[in-house]
Amino acid sequence: MANVDYKELKKGGFMKQVDKDRFSLRLRIVGGQIKSEQLAKINEIAQKYGAGYVHMTARQGIEIPFIKLQDIEVVKEELAKAGLQPGACGPRVRTITACQGSAICPSGLINTTELAKEFDERYYARELPHKFKIGITGCRNNCLKAEENDIGVKGGMMPTWMEHKCIYCGLCEAVCPVKVIQVKKQERQLFFNEKNCIYCGKCVKVCPTSAWEGKSGFVVYFGGLFGNKISIGKQLFPIIFSKEVLHKIIEETLMFFEERGKAGERFGTTLDRVGWDLLKNRLMELLESEEEFS
Amino acid sequence: MSNLKRTSFVDITDVVCPMTFVKAKIAMEELEAGEILEIKMNEGEPILNVPRSFKEEGHKVLDVINNGDGTFTVFVEKGE
Repeated sequence: MANVDYKELKKGGFMKQVDKDRFSLRLRIVGGQIKSEQLAKINEIAQKYGAGYVHMTARQGIEIPFIKLQDIEVVKEELAKAGLQPGACGPRVRTITACQGSAICPSGLINTTELAKEFDERYYARELPHKFKIGITGCRNNCLKAEENDIGVKGGMMPTWMEHKCIYCGLCEAVCPVKVIQVKKQERQLFFNEKNCIYCGKCVKVCPTSAWEGKSGFVVYFGGLFGNKISIGKQLFPIIFSKEVLHKIIEETLMFFEERGKAGERFGTTLDRVGWDLLKNRLMELLESEEEFS
Repeated sequence: MSNLKRTSFVDITDVVCPMTFVKAKIAMEELEAGEILEIKMNEGEPILNVPRSFKEEGHKVLDVINNGDGTFTVFVEKGE
């Protein structure tokens, strides 16, 4: 088996194992979801071409270990029959991860599954100076750990109080984690310190009379790493509400990394080197032109 | 103190999720529509989830008293 282009194989999701001429095949999974018939196909491939098991990766991926070099083409064909593809490795945008979000989870504030599909279509496997991870979490509970990613998106909710619907029961005050709501029952008054609101949406979720109305949005974090070096992604601007603007922010950020990043340098390290303000100013300029903060 | 007159009372501070809502729900089942259940619960997860679950099942939270000791007393009117 001479002239094996391992780099090319890795690009296509075939990870070289310690065992000679065996590969762990990484699959393209979006937002941690897979159809049951696709799972059946994976089962079939693992039994026929692998070692009868799969490995679930740290970022919601599935790998089928022990694929033989000579079986790679036929395995690809089998995967294609079920609408499956090998995943991306190397210096590119990796698996888009997501929690179940508002479609399933009572705490969810954004439709993470739908967003993951859009991210996958637009950004997956895009070539960059180094690996690039994007993750989406539906709310501040942060089950998907947004800040671990090069770009992390977290669902948020901006509440607005509708005075005429309020019965002054005090439930919102009781659940607010940052104590920015104060209800005076006798006086039938409510005070909301919007400036310090963290957009968790809990007041909206609990209100028995829907006197709190919520507008869903996205809180974005940049430059998170959780490998050899650990650093927590940073928020560079307030919550945004438009999905199209979110896409523009991501496009601009990927372009920035492509222009400024050195090969083999993670995004957070690039930002440390060139200065975070460089990215921040560029994104703020974009947001102002979109009138997101008008 | 709330001005509301309760029909029944249940203390769920001695159980944890998911038994908090189960215990409260069983107490609610004894009531007729329009009657009021008074529930004592802990801060944190119970105050966030139990009233919300009652809302989802068609009942209505009327009043919440912060007892100042890490517990809340919640008055819920049974729905139709």
